[in-house]
Amino acid sequence: AAMEVPLSHGLASRAAALATGYLCYRRGSPGRGLALRSLRRARRQDIDDVGHKYYLELELEDVLDKDSTVICTAEVLYHLGNKNIAPDVQFTLEGELKNTDEADNIFYNRIKSLEKELVAENIPDSHGNVPPEMEPIRLLAWVASGYVIWQNSTENTKFQLAQIKHVKQVKRSDEYLEFDYMILLHDMVSQEIIPWEMTVLWHPQHGVQVTQDSRQPKHA
Amino acid sequence: MKILLVFAALVAAAGSEQLFVGDQVLRITARDEEQIALLRVLGERAEMQVDFWRDPTRPHHPADLRVPFASLQAVKFFLESHSISYSIMIEDVQELLDEEKKNMTKSRRTERSTSTFDFASYHTIEEIYDWMDVLVDDHPNLISKIEIGRSYENRSLYVMKFSTGGSNRPAIWLDTGIHSREWITQATGVWTANKIAEEYGQDPSVTAILDSMDIFFEIIANPDGFVFTHSSNRLWRKTRSINAGSDCIGVDPNRNWDAGFGGSGSSSDPCSEIYRGPYAHSEREVKAIVDFIHGHGNVKSVISIHSYSQMLLFPYGYKRGPAAHHQELNELAKKAVSDLAAMYGTKYSYGSIADTIYLADGTTVDWTYDNGVKYSFTFELRDTGRYGFLLPSTEIIPTATETWPALLDIMVHVLENPY
Repeated sequence: AAMEVPLSHGLASRAAALATGYLCYRRGSPGRGLALRSLRRARRQDIDDVGHKYYLELELEDVLDKDSTVICTAEVLYHLGNKNIAPDVQFTLEGELKNTDEADNIFYNRIKSLEKELVAENIPDSHGNVPPEMEPIRLLAWVASGYVIWQNSTENTKFQLAQIKHVKQVKRSDEYLEFDYMILLHDMVSQEIIPWEMTVLWHPQHGVQVTQDSRQPKHA
Repeated sequence: MKILLVFAALVAAAGSEQLFVGDQVLRITARDEEQIALLRVLGERAEMQVDFWRDPTRPHHPADLRVPFASLQAVKFFLESHSISYSIMIEDVQELLDEEKKNMTKSRRTERSTSTFDFASYHTIEEIYDWMDVLVDDHPNLISKIEIGRSYENRSLYVMKFSTGGSNRPAIWLDTGIHSREWITQATGVWTANKIAEEYGQDPSVTAILDSMDIFFEIIANPDGFVFTHSSNRLWRKTRSINAGSDCIGVDPNRNWDAGFGGSGSSSDPCSEIYRGPYAHSEREVKAIVDFIHGHGNVKSVISIHSYSQMLLFPYGYKRGPAAHHQELNELAKKAVSDLAAMYGTKYSYGSIADTIYLADGTTVDWTYDNGVKYSFTFELRDTGRYGFLLPSTEIIPTATETWPALLDIMVHVLENPY
């Protein structure tokens, strides 16, 4: 049987962060990032020989338009023992997400028409600034990091994207856009800053894909 | 001297409009009366829009002529074709005006006054330490600066003491920046210290508090780490002490206190961000506060400010069971969080450290609580992860503004519940 978990409880917020990351990966784009506005309900079930399952009700907001929100019901299953299996996440959304076709196409065409491959670093900078033209690059990293977060989360982690250290566009002959990112993930539980490299593919009609990713060694 | 007057008038008139971009001032020396006459004619040609800053009066006496950019070519051609010698005295009038304006504003900034400090920006340690002195100068009967010790790299650990007198009055302790990467906290600390100073004598609660209690405020509790976040690694958390036998530097100053020291809520690995240190109070930054609180003997509340997560927390972090005063602390946290949310709708969660985030041992507030400081709280300021430690400076003032009523709630409760 599933027991109610107090909403302010650390375990509930970790599961909520994981679900949000996964959702953002599945539904996000350079024109849309989804963030957790509030956790409305959380229940937990211990399933013998399987793992711990969380039933969550989340309210998510569009980071570019805080008034645009959706309700999400999610189930997160952390598998017992084996640390190499990503948690299972299922979700349903109530409500409409804003259409981002126009913004996505503008960004797509802008990058496609660059003469030199895009290169940037430290987004945001030390003061939290993100140049407006870098916002879609940042959102793309936010969405892609949702994949990395999902794949690497356990009940003892709570990851957030802390910063893009470096991003480099990779020219492609097909219609996709490709970017090599070096990101920093912050794990709230261990407080570690973890460098992570990821290769991200995107096309307005085909969504975001992380084709390669690897954890990098920490500096001393 | 006239040229200076003209120039000054221009500076005043120009304001921030770009009226003189590319304009030049030419110093012209006519060698005979004929050339003087020619210059006067030039001055009268309306379409040239030149104006003499120093009129052509006699041969061999220089005349200064401001020439708009659009007329430069024509005027120079005129002078050259009549063999009138000239030199360029000011190459770009607008540049000079801009320079002058910059110097004026710069001197305003170095003016020693708290009204010119930019609370909406992140500052360096030098700027904050300088500003502290200005704050003391501005409020000599209320604020003094004391040094409670030195950091590992021998930087001063400064505490602002707010006191209206008395002798060893019951006190409230506030600290920000113990984790150096949490920049919103030092920035909020600066704003809040200024707010306390402003509100004494104005706000009834602040006045009541300071009429019977003292406030001690350590705005930069980890100066070595703070300097490092500016010079090398923006995301540095710990102190900068060298760890024997390891390449890794630093101890987590919020795992180094002697409360549940050495448990599973901290690490024995010097490379870990939650490394507890070789022994409790090994860090000079921590020992200085420990010694201060012990030496003072009358501290009634400790509020340690961190980021991020939007939480208001109280003991314990090192164990799960409720603290003896759990109910009172919980109620007070609930009220504070509600008043914080009333400002801009920012939602905080609250509860004990262990329940709300994780098990953490050796924390500041667990130690202060176990050493007689009942009202021990930790804030985790904005945000919840969108920017995390890299919170935009545009959020400094909103964050400080909304946190203020929550701080006040706690301080008023402390005042009204002596023990």
